[in-house]
Amino acid sequence: MRSFTYTRAGDVAEAVNEVAGNEEARFIAGGTNLLDLMKIDVMHPRHIVDITRLALSTVEDTPEGGLRLGALVTNADTAYHEQVETRYPLLSHAILAGATAQLRNKATDGGNLLQRTRCYYFYDKATPCNKREPGSGCAAITGFNRIHAILGESEHCIATHPSDMCVALAALGAVVHVTGPNGERGIPFAEFHRLPGDTPEQDTNLNQDEIITSIELPAQGFADHYAYVKVRDRASYAFALVSVAAGLLLEDGVVKEARIALGGVAHKPWRKPEAEALLHGQPATAENFRKVAEAYLEGAKGYGHNTFKIELAKRAIVRALQQATENKA
Amino acid sequence: MTMKTDYIGKPTNRVDGRLKVTGQAKYAAEFDSPGLTYGFVVSSRIAKGKIKSIDTTEALQLDGVLQVFTHENRPQTAWFDKSYQDEDSPPGSPFRPLYSDEIQFSQQPIALVVADTFEAARYGATLVNVTYEDAPFSTDFEGNREKAYTPEKYKSQPPPDARGDMAAAFASAAMQISEEYTHTSEHHNPMEMHASTAIWEEDGTLTIYDKTQSVQNSQKYIDQIFGLKPKDARVRSPFVGGAFGSGLRPQYQLFLTVMAALELKRPVRVMLTRQQMFSFGHRPATIQKLQLGASKEGKLEAVRHEAFGETSRFEDYAENVVVWQNVLYQCDNVAFDYKLIGLDVYTPLDMRAPGGSTGQFALESAMDELAAASGINPVALRLKNYTEKDQNEDAPFTSKELRECYRQGAEKFGWEKRNPEPRSMKEGHQLIGWGMASGAWEASQQQASAKALLTVDGKLTVSSATADIGTGTYTVMTQLAAETLGLQLEDVSFKLGDSALPDAPLEGGSWTVSSVGSAVTLVCDAIGKRLLKLARKVKDTPFATAGYDEVIFSEGHMRLRSDPSKALAVTRIMRSAEINYLEEEVTSKPAEKQKKYAPYAHSAVFVEVRVDEDFGTIKVTRVVSAIAGGRIINTKTAESQILGGVVWGIGMALEEESLMDTTYGRFMNHNLAEYHVPVNADIHSIDVIFVEEHDEIVNPIGAKGLGEIGIAGVAGAIANAVYHATGKRVRNLPITLDKVM
Ligand SMILES: Cc1cc2nc3c(=O)[nH]c(=O)nc-3n(C[C@H](O)[C@H](O)[C@H](O)COP(=O)(O)OP(=O)(O)OC[C@H]3O[C@@H](n4cnc5c(N)ncnc54)[C@H](O)[C@@H]3O)c2cc1C
Ligand code: SF4
Repeated sequence: MRSFTYTRAGDVAEAVNEVAGNEEARFIAGGTNLLDLMKIDVMHPRHIVDITRLALSTVEDTPEGGLRLGALVTNADTAYHEQVETRYPLLSHAILAGATAQLRNKATDGGNLLQRTRCYYFYDKATPCNKREPGSGCAAITGFNRIHAILGESEHCIATHPSDMCVALAALGAVVHVTGPNGERGIPFAEFHRLPGDTPEQDTNLNQDEIITSIELPAQGFADHYAYVKVRDRASYAFALVSVAAGLLLEDGVVKEARIALGGVAHKPWRKPEAEALLHGQPATAENFRKVAEAYLEGAKGYGHNTFKIELAKRAIVRALQQATENKA
Repeated sequence: MTMKTDYIGKPTNRVDGRLKVTGQAKYAAEFDSPGLTYGFVVSSRIAKGKIKSIDTTEALQLDGVLQVFTHENRPQTAWFDKSYQDEDSPPGSPFRPLYSDEIQFSQQPIALVVADTFEAARYGATLVNVTYEDAPFSTDFEGNREKAYTPEKYKSQPPPDARGDMAAAFASAAMQISEEYTHTSEHHNPMEMHASTAIWEEDGTLTIYDKTQSVQNSQKYIDQIFGLKPKDARVRSPFVGGAFGSGLRPQYQLFLTVMAALELKRPVRVMLTRQQMFSFGHRPATIQKLQLGASKEGKLEAVRHEAFGETSRFEDYAENVVVWQNVLYQCDNVAFDYKLIGLDVYTPLDMRAPGGSTGQFALESAMDELAAASGINPVALRLKNYTEKDQNEDAPFTSKELRECYRQGAEKFGWEKRNPEPRSMKEGHQLIGWGMASGAWEASQQQASAKALLTVDGKLTVSSATADIGTGTYTVMTQLAAETLGLQLEDVSFKLGDSALPDAPLEGGSWTVSSVGSAVTLVCDAIGKRLLKLARKVKDTPFATAGYDEVIFSEGHMRLRSDPSKALAVTRIMRSAEINYLEEEVTSKPAEKQKKYAPYAHSAVFVEVRVDEDFGTIKVTRVVSAIAGGRIINTKTAESQILGGVVWGIGMALEEESLMDTTYGRFMNHNLAEYHVPVNADIHSIDVIFVEEHDEIVNPIGAKGLGEIGIAGVAGAIANAVYHATGKRVRNLPITLDKVM
């Protein structure tokens, strides 16, 4: 870990000001990801801007009937928030499937979106990694890639985004509100995280000098038919090998609308609206679910250790849709 | 020993429990001293080659950095290999920290940055600029099978000699099982990181707090290397936050701490990082080939157990992987082999039930395959092949209640309701399977010494240089001493973890209770005998003609065995003799007659798993572990040992795996987020049964040691249950979901 300077920002404008024009500056919220990476010298910001005192810790209704989660609300407070539990149980379940109680108490919603991959090589400076050190190569492609991507990856990086919360947010179609030197903007969730392409060092489309202020949930929360299925190597405190967030609107056993997002399979939570659409107007049957699953995984590619994820993801989609139909998440 | 049962066999709370839960128990990295400095280790990036250059200028310029030690400026240390060998060294040339520019394994320590603060040392470590000259290397275990060799000398025992004609018997056997079983390297990962703190005392001597399973092993090691005398440096280790074998050999942080303290004449602390915990000893990867030939009725006619074990290029580490048939199953035509595969890694190191937990995984899996193939109940198969003697040694057991383990374990588990058909039980998406396995672990006794001091106020202090690595040594020794001299637990204190105390063996091999416990009992008896001599002289004594076997001690009194109401208070005996204290020191050795017997603890493990039919995720919902471990001194700490062993067995079966990337020669999942051990949510019902077992031969106290028997057999039982649930036989650990789905 290297030495750095530290400021605590008083308001959003000041926070943005502190990082603007300084590539070496980073915000810190819960610190559960940033500090870990600093300790092992994978991230080494020169300037740390503490945003924990900003007034971004509230959960509020939006005029459109949705809910706005402040960027600094903790994962735990979000998951156990009464409005979230009743209107967006899918999000509660996804958050509670992640990390541990201690981490969720500390982790913030904004930080969760920006947590970095758990690729072993990204964590080990003795190995090449394009995400950590652009141009050095990708050790995972020919190395241990059991936890890596099967969709949307590139020859430069096959890392996954490890979040559970984000999978639910992708399914729900949230909007990320950010503020930068040029003012505010809203980023639809599907556009927030990036695919690696030839710039895997960039995880998201957030600019370095922009701060997340809130995450907006649309009115529709799929509270009647939802499921979050997480398949992992142990029952808790493990990242998803594959996870599925599913929300259904059903009428007499027929699907009016389906939302499906996959975690643990790509550099971003994976959605494929055209595959979801295959279910629209169709009866909620195992057969139809399997069809959607096949469509979702079309084009998926395994790298050896992770090839099992292709079939696993299909089965997880079917299971999640079944659970959502039976409404027992 | 005069066995009453005031304390023995009772569930007794840990005497150090309060200190631990209130944070007063201090561990190696928690001792402070004015002017303490902090060392941070720089680890090698490459697995093999040379350090071309190591530039410490920038690090030295950093505020707070005092010195950077490398192979270029380290002080002179001992010359001969022998000086670097410790009590647990395998044959070979031990690794020497900072010795030369040569790199022998990835993450080898190549520099120590010492600074006024931990933060400065850690920052300084990032500023040491190293260039390397890479050399070709190999860390590919399976890939080097062709190069396996037989070591000149085995670390423990060589594989047993063949008996009968295995090949012919196998060829003609009606039932034949021939399979290969593997597992990867695993790391101990105790919660507490390896650490040492060296503190200068006022008289110019050093006290070194070390995380170790033997303070005396650590002391000898540094004495030899740095040319110190025992009185110059005392090693202490009052509490250890788990070790599991990782503290059996002095680790390099000890060397670095002492070196820096001697050079800088300052107190120094070095604590490794979690990543660096993957830079030394580990359970070696093995490949095992098992061949079982049997009659249709399941009687074993031929057994061959061969293993390939991982070792380093500089030491021949070997363990007892292939011996277990000899003590578990009767068979006349047997053959064994154990070869090593040398890799550019650090030398492997004993990890809980080394050789046993791995060898028994393979043997017990193969027995299950035989049971399935021949349609015999797995328990019946084991009973049919039960052996009454250690066939390799041709010696009867000191005791062996394994039959009772099978019986009581099966009954508690409800084994008789098992439908032998795989995939025959299902609930929702979950396939349910039941499996079982046997376990065995040696119950040896080593030479050990202990000292006792009884003062006139009736307080007893007993001491020995052993360790408590969380196992309950403090508690059990206190119980044994209190029992022998009839004192209250509160009036007895036990001291350990100090190299100045009487000699004790390494805290390993499940022999601490049997060895140190025997010494503790013996020394208390020595005090008792002196008390009797004094008691005979007390006015109106009831003990005038009594021999030592005619007296007992209880509730602070010496009593006549034939009439316990005839008694004298221990304090009164001492006061009448005008004696302020009694002191004795003894050494206890295994008795001659033990040599004619084979000492083993045994277990039968029954397991229920639930496997998701689509995902292959495995939940171990029930475990019954029936243990025959001789006399159980403290049922509470004993049960904890077995619970811990079972939990670890679950980890071994399903989760633990050190991922060696052979391109970089590094273990890649070097943190506890990615190196998986069981979490609370993985653990469900675990029932421990202690089967009654009287053993007059194994050692004077009749206890067999429980540190390792708890894990033996567990991985095999789980693998067998997974087969029963799914019909899929997974022969390589860990059984992760991708191998099952
Ligand atoms: C061992 C372990 C296991 C875990 N397991 C899981 C799991 O199973 N599932 C899961 O989903 N997560 C898991 N997590 C990840 C955890 O959820 C994240 O670390 C956490 O959500 C990050 O939030 P934080 O507030 O601590 O972020 P920080 O560490 O403070 O910040 C992370 C990054 O986000 C930036 N940042 C933070 N807030 C803002 C903001 N408002 N605007 C702009 N930038 C910002 C920081 O600059 C930094 O780069 C695990 C973490 C650990 C350590
Ligand atoms: S997958 Fe991405 S993060 Fe992992 S090594 Fe390759 S480039 Fe780095």
